[in-house]
Amino acid sequence: MKLNTLQRHFRESGKSLVRNGWMTFASVSAVTVTLLLVGVFFVIMMNLNHIATNVENDVEIRVHIDPAATVENQKTLEAKIKKIAKVDSVVYSPKEKELTNMIEGMGENGEAFKLFEQDNPLRDVLVVKTKTPQDVDQVSKKIETFEYVQSVKYGKEYVDNLFNVVNIARNIGVVLIIGLLFTAMFLISNTIKITIIARRKEIEIMRLVGATNNFIRWPFFLEGLWLGVLGAIIPIVLIGITYSNLFKYVSPKINIPFFELLPLSPFIYQISVILILLGGLIGIWGSLMSVRKFLKV
Amino acid sequence: MIEMTDVYKTYSNGVVAINGINVKIKTGEFVYVVGPSGAGKSTFIKMMYREESPTNGNIIVDGVSLPKIRNTKVPLFRRNIGVVFQDFKLLPTLTVYENVAFAMEVIEKTPEEIKKRVMEVLELVGLKHKVRMLPTELSGGEQQRVSIARSIVNSPKVVIADEPTGNLDPETSWEIMNIFDEINKSGTTIVMATHNKDIVNNMKHRVIAIESGKIARDDLRGEYGYEA
Repeated sequence: MKLNTLQRHFRESGKSLVRNGWMTFASVSAVTVTLLLVGVFFVIMMNLNHIATNVENDVEIRVHIDPAATVENQKTLEAKIKKIAKVDSVVYSPKEKELTNMIEGMGENGEAFKLFEQDNPLRDVLVVKTKTPQDVDQVSKKIETFEYVQSVKYGKEYVDNLFNVVNIARNIGVVLIIGLLFTAMFLISNTIKITIIARRKEIEIMRLVGATNNFIRWPFFLEGLWLGVLGAIIPIVLIGITYSNLFKYVSPKINIPFFELLPLSPFIYQISVILILLGGLIGIWGSLMSVRKFLKV
Repeated sequence: MIEMTDVYKTYSNGVVAINGINVKIKTGEFVYVVGPSGAGKSTFIKMMYREESPTNGNIIVDGVSLPKIRNTKVPLFRRNIGVVFQDFKLLPTLTVYENVAFAMEVIEKTPEEIKKRVMEVLELVGLKHKVRMLPTELSGGEQQRVSIARSIVNSPKVVIADEPTGNLDPETSWEIMNIFDEINKSGTTIVMATHNKDIVNNMKHRVIAIESGKIARDDLRGEYGYEA
């Protein structure tokens, strides 16, 4: 294609957005509304996922070592656990450190436990992290069979429930987003279809004077792209402002463990890029689908 | 230039539009196609620029066998044919200049070529002073001239006109016919379906009469032959 022709297509697509003002407005509004829904939903989903991942990553197995074990025994045990394929890391935490952690974790009430510093009732602990949180159960069972293991703890019920909730939430989210996207495509392609039906005559004349189908498609293709990208602007701005305010002012005031919003910097840009891409794709798809039926020579 | 051999056309709803036509139109000829409404004139004309394809038989236009060419090649074929309609088929949002230039942009001519040629044809049809106007600001006759300018801007070998004077008053019709006569004198073949008795009988050319999908008459320098 010649450069002149490409310029023409760009010019024509721009002009026709202006000429078909109301239709442009209708299509852009349709894109805006749906992308806003998709965007808000996406933000919620990503953050839920982030929180869930935080919680999951916090799951660890605490192996209490039998006090009868010598340093030698303890090293052997550590090596054995490290050899389990699904184990990611093993950290040794002596009982003195365990006690300090406990005292600190209790705050003011912890003072009372300082008495134990004289005669520490706690055990040395191996803190085991698995490669994926789902492996915790299996790995614990294996560790329980090893020598010099007094007990293994990982909060079984709590972890199992968590995994169930997180998985259900993720699946529902994915289904809802896909559903929304389909609705968006349908809505937008219908709006664009109406604008194109109004321009049937233009296509008919282009065909009469010998325009190839690709030549006819180009301006519509670009127009769809503009509609989608224009429609993405308002959702991006709205979501950007709302989210950064939430992050700055609301998030620090919420004091729930693991509750933490995704940091602004990459996330907002990711969302913007995703919304622009989605808008563009939906616009292009909608306009090409609609123009197709008029191109049967 | 145009040759039809044993052409039949039945529409999918069962209507037989063309029922065995053989005809030859030579380069540079001016041909009227006449006949009662519903006789098959429009189908006859539409098959020449491949808006319709025959059910049977062969049509050769400018050396191209129309039933055989692929759909993707139709646009290239159409570039050698100019088409003029009763309802002008101008784009209402484009100016006179843009409506004509459109046909050249479509075949990817350079802006310089386009400007030069568009002004040339607009001068030929006498509308050089109205290039910036929109079709809605023009009279019917002027709109038809724009449409003629568009049909010849790519210097086609054949101009096909479907009742070009159908919406115009007698005086304007004559102005339009004079333009077609000019175009024909420059060597372009013209095929025109018409109901205008006055024009056919006074501007003498070959007349093909179509009745019930067949050629009823074919006279060089013929008469309209029907009551107006």
